[in-house]
Amino acid sequence: MKQNPKRETPLVSFVSGPVVKASPGHLLSMNEMVEVGAQRLVGEVIGLEGDTATIQVYEDTTGLKPGTEVLGQKMPLFVELGPGLIGQIFDGIQRPLDVLKERWGDFIKRGKTSFALSREKVWRFEPKIQPGSLVTAGTILGQVRETEAVTHKILVPPNVSGEVKRIVPPGNYTLEEVIAEVETQSGLVVPLRMFHKWPVRMPRPYRKRFMPTVPLLTGQRVIDTFFPLAKGGTAAIPGGFGTGKTVTQHQLSKWADADIIIYIGCGERGNEMTGVLTDFPRLLDPRTQRPLIERTVLIANTSDMPVAAREASIYTGITMAEYFRDQGYDVALMADSTSRWAEALREISGRLEEMPAEEGFPAYLASRLAAFYERSGRVQTLSDEMGSVSIIGAVSPPGGDFSEPVTMHTKRFVQCFWALDKELASARYFPAINYLESYSAYVSAVSDWWTEKTGPEWQELRERAVQILQEDAKLQNIVKLLGEEALPDDQRRIIEGAKLIKNDFLQQSAFDPVDTYCQPLKQFYLLKTIMHFIKRLHDIVSARIPLFRAMELPVVEKIHRAKYTIKGEEPEPFLEIMTEIDQQMDALLERSREPTHESSR
Amino acid sequence: MSLQGKTDMNTTTVTAPGPEFMGLDKIQGPLVVIQGIKDVGYGERVEIVTSSGETRQGRVLAISREAAVIEVFHGTSGLDQEKTRVRFLGRPFEMVVSKEEVLGRIFNGLGAPIDGGPPPFQGQARNVNGLPINPVARAYPEDFIQTGISTIDGMNTLVRGQKLPIFSGSGLPHNDLAMQIVRQARLLTEESNFAVIFAAMGVRHEEAEAFRKSFEESGVLNNVAMFLNLADDPAVERLIAPRVALTAAEYLAFEEGLHVLVILTDMTNYCEALREVATSKGEVPSRKGYPGYLYSDLASIYERAGRIHGRKGSVTQIPILTMPDDDITHPIPDLTGYITEGQIVLDRTLFRKGIYPPVNVLPSLSRLMSDGIGEGKTREDHKNISSQLYAAYSKAKQVERLASIIGEEDLSVTDKKYFEFSKRFEQEFVNQGRDENRSIFDTLDLGWELVMTFPESELVRVTPEEIEKYGKTSHSGNQE
Repeated sequence: MKQNPKRETPLVSFVSGPVVKASPGHLLSMNEMVEVGAQRLVGEVIGLEGDTATIQVYEDTTGLKPGTEVLGQKMPLFVELGPGLIGQIFDGIQRPLDVLKERWGDFIKRGKTSFALSREKVWRFEPKIQPGSLVTAGTILGQVRETEAVTHKILVPPNVSGEVKRIVPPGNYTLEEVIAEVETQSGLVVPLRMFHKWPVRMPRPYRKRFMPTVPLLTGQRVIDTFFPLAKGGTAAIPGGFGTGKTVTQHQLSKWADADIIIYIGCGERGNEMTGVLTDFPRLLDPRTQRPLIERTVLIANTSDMPVAAREASIYTGITMAEYFRDQGYDVALMADSTSRWAEALREISGRLEEMPAEEGFPAYLASRLAAFYERSGRVQTLSDEMGSVSIIGAVSPPGGDFSEPVTMHTKRFVQCFWALDKELASARYFPAINYLESYSAYVSAVSDWWTEKTGPEWQELRERAVQILQEDAKLQNIVKLLGEEALPDDQRRIIEGAKLIKNDFLQQSAFDPVDTYCQPLKQFYLLKTIMHFIKRLHDIVSARIPLFRAMELPVVEKIHRAKYTIKGEEPEPFLEIMTEIDQQMDALLERSREPTHESSR
Repeated sequence: MSLQGKTDMNTTTVTAPGPEFMGLDKIQGPLVVIQGIKDVGYGERVEIVTSSGETRQGRVLAISREAAVIEVFHGTSGLDQEKTRVRFLGRPFEMVVSKEEVLGRIFNGLGAPIDGGPPPFQGQARNVNGLPINPVARAYPEDFIQTGISTIDGMNTLVRGQKLPIFSGSGLPHNDLAMQIVRQARLLTEESNFAVIFAAMGVRHEEAEAFRKSFEESGVLNNVAMFLNLADDPAVERLIAPRVALTAAEYLAFEEGLHVLVILTDMTNYCEALREVATSKGEVPSRKGYPGYLYSDLASIYERAGRIHGRKGSVTQIPILTMPDDDITHPIPDLTGYITEGQIVLDRTLFRKGIYPPVNVLPSLSRLMSDGIGEGKTREDHKNISSQLYAAYSKAKQVERLASIIGEEDLSVTDKKYFEFSKRFEQEFVNQGRDENRSIFDTLDLGWELVMTFPESELVRVTPEEIEKYGKTSHSGNQE
């Protein structure tokens, strides 16, 4: 490739993996998007020193030669926001993967590609305002029914305000067409389209922030009842390999009662994204009865895709999440896994020869993590609607050791911590969320919601159940040394009770068609039933009846099967079981009062 | 060569020699630095001609306008600063592949034949680094492969297109297990076109020979291609060997429609070589001195498994690695476990008890299992009986710990049953002959026989209907 030295263009001066240097650097600005070399590889300026720019390239740099051109794009790394996002799968820098497949076939190649959002596709636009009205950033111009489940609201971009000079009538338009013109105070007429661009590293503005108080229901009992997440909150799922992080993330993205799901596969397996792509069009959202894919945006940077784009993928995802929040939606963002993102930071940092802090991670790891989780929240949008972004980040600690930097720092910035446990996982006890190590700071925040829905009992039931599990944990230390037989019935009652809570409530099968999703009221009644049985066990023990008699009652089998057999969330089937508990327990007590020849054993 | 692609790295076939330079600026470990170069690309293949006329292979690791850092694959010993010539080939590492010229052959770690035959020349030249498969193009793996080994088929099922490593320790029979899998692996539904790609990285000569012999004895040698980087071959070559092998595998699977089983052994040696090169480059190390990009690097190997929509073949990987000091939290098994779709863990305690294969099912896992089993694939009760076996064996291990404290005598009646179960499970279910090929139905029935020693109240993971149908008739045959 020939260069013209008189024309001022930065030229590549150094290449090492994804890190490229170019000079003169003064022609480029910080975080500017660039195209590098003959193949026009996409990159971003991440440092300027002397007259040299350091560029992180989002694609494989094999074959890149010093002396080739770097073309500045005069804007920072951005995403396109508008109709066409839903149901789509993008790579880390928002290239649509299905378009790439059409263009290049089954393998991902390199270089400049099409737009993120289709320019040919026609959308039915319905205006919501009149010419002459005053609009500010975030005002809703109109809407597009993007899928059956999602109405895409077309917003005035955050940096525009003024008087609407013209707006198109209802009709079919492409993203290229101008749908409105706004005259700003300075007299400038700004043409608006159905989409706009937003730099990924800059949080989108909102009017006001609120405390999260509404639970994000996930249909997973251990989460909703024991360690609830609130809409606009943050949660982390740390766990060694094979403990079920991904299955849990998939479960949450399937059943969480958010309006929009953004799923980021960050440095994970290709087959997992394929799994989501196969499952989600088939599964129905329990609330809307529409395929889950109609409310989902997928971002895939699989582990064999370029590492620099992994760093960007998190920001691409969170920017989209904020965009839907600004339309007044509750958005849940799943990032699987934030550790791979942190490792991408480390890799780039290493190539920049920065001074490493803990375990080779750069010193700014903590602040980057904090900034990311801080982009969650429940807010009043610029158009005065309520919206929220909840973030659920998986963490993959090396060796399953939670004292490593990424887990440690994440713990500081999240309010919910769902610790996955290797031992539970190897007994195939799922979800393998360790109920002793996990916590949620939202319990009191969401208890009003539960109280309203179920009555004052919820909090008390939950506390009693937690108490039993904790007492059980203490007793297990003795059991490990002496065996269960060594304990008096009064204490074995706790152990048997805890077993019921663990096996029949906390354990939940992701693969069982009924048990995979558990409605909030079903959770409540199931726990109530179990706790009722445990309470009655106390009577049995007080009457000096051997505990095993109670555990042999036929109703116990019914409790075991309740989570699979009872489909709805009506109280009746549970009340029936509770009545049976009372009948059978009473009968047992009755029999023991009668003087018989085998009254005790 | 008729190829549609023109500019992309993956299909470049230009063979015109690139620029040639004389003299090295610096030699350090496996790396050399050369100054005053021009028109050279990152990652390019390099030929280095020593003063005595010997040619060595290398690769550009970093490049600036004036200088290039080159990794030399056969080591730098014997190179001198003045008379060494460096030729840049203008293209990355490539492997020429065609079905006829690859199968039944033996190559070195760089893909050059060492069986006396000619180098492949008819086929396509493909970049050994491959390209990421578009997740949209992938087909989800769900075809059950019967290996005839109970711990795998019954409890950690292998499916076509999966990457399922064997985590082993030095001295454990991982090679025997791998060979048995190769000999017995069959799809339940069809007999089909298959090929085996065997890549050795830093293994001893007799290990490689044992594999060759095993392939020969089972009569599959003509369907096998071996890529051998032996213990005394240059360590840096180990970085290329698995990539060359997978390039051949991908070609055979996705162009020729074969079902390819890839054995990579030993990934620990591969990682050691990667650390060696990283250290000599002066990179910032992360855990245990391994480079921070070990995860991405391993992923670029393991992710080259799978199936693709509309293409007939598949690549199934069984990488073998020895865990240093049997430590599963060591970075090599740890990062591998995060990338692969499960792991088969071999256990020294079981090995000492004389159990073959010494698979410890508790830390073992197949992530794709639930998609490859069940009605129409294996049997409707597969998932539940497997889960029940896991629950029982896990409980049994706790009981064993308890028994070691309070003594076997003082166990409760139920706990004694678990104690017995543990023994029988290891002796009868896990343990099997090196040539014993159990059908999946035999494996499941055996599982039922073992769990039926418990009272039904203990069997919480199977349904009463399943107990009736399979538990109580487990020896009356397999009417499926």
